[in-house]
Amino acid sequence: MDEIFGIPTAALMSQLLLGLVNGSFYAMLSLGLAVIFGLLNVINFSHGALYMMGAFLAWMGIEYFHLNYWIMLVLAPLVVGAFGIVIERTMLRWLYKLDHLYGLLLTFGITLMVEGVFRSFYGVSGQPFSVPEQLAGATDLGFMVMPNYRAWVVVASLAVCLSTWFVIEKTKLGSYLRAGTENPKLVEAFGVNVPLMVTMTYGFGVALAGFAGVLAAPVIQVQPLMGQNLIIVVFAVVVIGGMGSILGSILTGLGLGVIEGLTKVFYPEFSSTVVFLVMVVVLLLRPAGLFGKEK
Amino acid sequence: MKLKAIATACACCFTLGAQAQISGDTVKIGFITDMSGLYADIDGAGGAEAIKMAIADAGGNINGKKIEFISADHQNKADIAASKAREWFDQQGVDMLIGGTNSGANLAMAKVAAEKKKVFISIGAGSARLTNEECTPYTVHYAYDTIALARGTGGAIVAQGGKSWYFLTADYAFGASLEKDTADVVKAKGGKVLGSVKHPLSASDFSSFLLQAQTSGAQILGLANAGGDAINSIKAANEFGITKKMKLAGLLIFINDIHSLGLNLTNGMYLTDGWYWDMNADTRAWSKRYFEKMKKEPSMLQAADFSAVSNYLKAVKATGTDDSDKVMAYLKANKINDMFTKNGVVRPDGRMVHDMYLMEVKKQADSKYPWDYYKVVATIPGDQAYATKAETKCSLWK
Amino acid sequence: MNKKIGYGIVLLLALAAPVLGGYPPFLSKLLCFSLFACAFNLLIGYTGLLSFGHAAFFGTAGYAAGNALKVWGLPVELGILVGVGMAALVGLVMGALAIRRQGIYFSMITLALAYILYFGALRAGELTGGEDGLQGVPRGKLLGFIDLSNDTTLYYVVLAIFVAAFALIVRTVHSPFGQVLKAIKENEPRAISLGYDVDKYKLLAFVLSAALAGLAGAVNTLVQGFETLTDVHWTMSGLVILMTLVGGMGTLAGPILGAMVIIALENKLGDLGQLLASLTHIEWFNTLGEAVNMVTGFIFVVCVLLFRRGIIGEIIARFPGNQKTA
Repeated sequence: MDEIFGIPTAALMSQLLLGLVNGSFYAMLSLGLAVIFGLLNVINFSHGALYMMGAFLAWMGIEYFHLNYWIMLVLAPLVVGAFGIVIERTMLRWLYKLDHLYGLLLTFGITLMVEGVFRSFYGVSGQPFSVPEQLAGATDLGFMVMPNYRAWVVVASLAVCLSTWFVIEKTKLGSYLRAGTENPKLVEAFGVNVPLMVTMTYGFGVALAGFAGVLAAPVIQVQPLMGQNLIIVVFAVVVIGGMGSILGSILTGLGLGVIEGLTKVFYPEFSSTVVFLVMVVVLLLRPAGLFGKEK
Repeated sequence: MKLKAIATACACCFTLGAQAQISGDTVKIGFITDMSGLYADIDGAGGAEAIKMAIADAGGNINGKKIEFISADHQNKADIAASKAREWFDQQGVDMLIGGTNSGANLAMAKVAAEKKKVFISIGAGSARLTNEECTPYTVHYAYDTIALARGTGGAIVAQGGKSWYFLTADYAFGASLEKDTADVVKAKGGKVLGSVKHPLSASDFSSFLLQAQTSGAQILGLANAGGDAINSIKAANEFGITKKMKLAGLLIFINDIHSLGLNLTNGMYLTDGWYWDMNADTRAWSKRYFEKMKKEPSMLQAADFSAVSNYLKAVKATGTDDSDKVMAYLKANKINDMFTKNGVVRPDGRMVHDMYLMEVKKQADSKYPWDYYKVVATIPGDQAYATKAETKCSLWK
Repeated sequence: MNKKIGYGIVLLLALAAPVLGGYPPFLSKLLCFSLFACAFNLLIGYTGLLSFGHAAFFGTAGYAAGNALKVWGLPVELGILVGVGMAALVGLVMGALAIRRQGIYFSMITLALAYILYFGALRAGELTGGEDGLQGVPRGKLLGFIDLSNDTTLYYVVLAIFVAAFALIVRTVHSPFGQVLKAIKENEPRAISLGYDVDKYKLLAFVLSAALAGLAGAVNTLVQGFETLTDVHWTMSGLVILMTLVGGMGTLAGPILGAMVIIALENKLGDLGQLLASLTHIEWFNTLGEAVNMVTGFIFVVCVLLFRRGIIGEIIARFPGNQKTA
């Protein structure tokens, strides 16, 4: 089977694999959004800006403090998470009872401000960021040459996604979180500090975005506007997967990465819009997305 | 009543008298560019500084009339650029407009300038339409255009031995025309185009497209895209080891892009530039002054901002007036000879033709000081790089 | 009665604006965007549907009218009608698909469809000029004799169009149709139980909103003389949301005020910065012009947290007695 649909098999396999790499990245990003929406009912538009912040913090850590990539992989998400907690405490908490729209608009405003601040200090050209030595180089898989770093991205993203899913769906802490969103008063009556849980959840969600940013830094230009194009696609992923569903966003992220990868082979020009076409089709067929529940 | 009559009378005298003089008692220069978006680094605030340097060099005044300067950020929106330009011409007495980056904004501004009969010098736009379909008697297209870049890079690389090409093209008109112009030259000089792949604008991941490029077996990978897309393509090309087998040819790359990528990722890459800060003693001297203000080396556009304004002021001084027709006539009749270019000519279609240079990016080991990035591989004479009279679509130059 | 006097004063000011020193092209731009915001408000403020893709109508009409005027050489009135027609058509298609879903899913469908339309516009170089834009749209003579190349004449024509469209919106809001829309916004299940074909009403509101947004876009292209991708980009959709939010959703005058504030911000922030710099001698103010996005973001945040009802909304809340919508 040397050719499938006119494309050499080796090429197709490699594109599928690349699609999976991108997909795990999407899954990682949409996971944060899904966690925040599922548990807080907030549409966090600032996810893109916080992803950028993660990448920039990683760069700053290496450039100014001579730390290394591995330390920043842990540190940057923590800082982004802390920043998220501040936003939640000071601004978001007032909007929980209101329409989704306001949370969206607030976080959109925060995005503009964060991107503006970084841009005024660092310009738009971007900062050099190389692949860490331990992950440099590539492995010859026979049908394609796979950069080691991309393989690492898949491993790291899947690890984080699966552990998050596990914690939320299978542990006691997760069950408190899920209960807390459905009926905060009742859970509070049981002595659980719901507002604290909510704050921590938001912090964790944005920390995931920051983590994705550090993962992205070696391969995507680190510049203040790097989150802009990604955020819309990630939104689409979350909506397709079903806005409250953790598993939905992971699976959809992976699936869409593969679909995008295939589109790049057969109709490269449409690879940016295919996600939206899928979203429209899915929403028309299944109102709450693939795995979502209608509220 | 009387006051109004007197005022009207004065106004009449003033406007009549001002015909042979500098209007409004000042020479006012306007500069509209992207100060905050994707193209802010290659022109932007640095361009404004460069223009201020030109004004300072002219002494701050011409024949006793002060030179004034205002700038604005068009935020990559043509409607803001055009309405600012219109407002400045109508209400602020701006005599001459410099257009920064973004072709759409420049095309819109050129129309406004032509309507108001004011000189418009476009620095940052790439679109060759400015001197073809949309040419006007008042437009000068100064630093470069996509045809010159394509022909320079395509022709010169084939001459260096890079005969087989594959293109990675941004899927919009600009990318398509870059690809086409380069492909035409490559084929005309005896090279071959083995294929191309189009990627959507602002794609975040290029790995799939690059793999397709790699399987083609071409020697040269032509990057018919710009800005963030070009940078991400280059990063990915390195990651996937493509740069080991193919040489990259950046069709629209500025020194700021190289700076942000670093030499490790870009060494060996070909690109065409209209000017480089380290080319000769004149460029170095000027760049040193620029560096003191901006803490980075200037790009071709920032140098062009300086040169364009200097030459405009020279024209005003020589003709004794800022009347647009007289200034345009002077510019088209006199060569441009300064630190930007030694033999620049402003053609009847408004195109400023000057030599372009094929550059190769140095290896990290060969770079001796900051911003020491380029090796000049070949000089492409202006009349070979730019579109010729036979090809022109400008009605003013038939 | 107060309201009518208020509108009368505003109209007089608008008529006198060029004489009072207003710069006609800028005033025309303000009017176009005010109309855009009013059209958007019809959907969100009075029907409760949040569209993330309104730029699609604004820009499509602009391109359609631009082509009609420049390429087909149609007279001005027909060119604008072509623009409105195209916008209504796009609105029909988009609305038919999006109405099937509620809430955030409705909004996401509008976003997705607008995004796809943007990419279409980017690639359709012959019709839209791609990223270079559709340049050289002629002004011509309205109805064959009103010469629009004069900025002031054009302004008055735009003002007339705006007043007519605004009157249409006011009429719609106060009509039985408008009452049903409000009922749908407040309690859709109840409206259904009362026997109204809710989907038909929503679709009609959507198409009307799209058509009026298209009118704004077509006239804007006429005033500018060109059309670019900015007008179909999702940031334009975001901008109109901001305008309506700042001005006051669900009020009639709110969007107008919001549009003026935001457009003034975009175009004049640099001037304001330079003014502040010269007054206070703080050099930093000179860079204010580069911070439009940051200031816009800040306004978003402040409005959402503190001025949710928008400027007009807050005024109404503070001075009750105008219980009907302003």
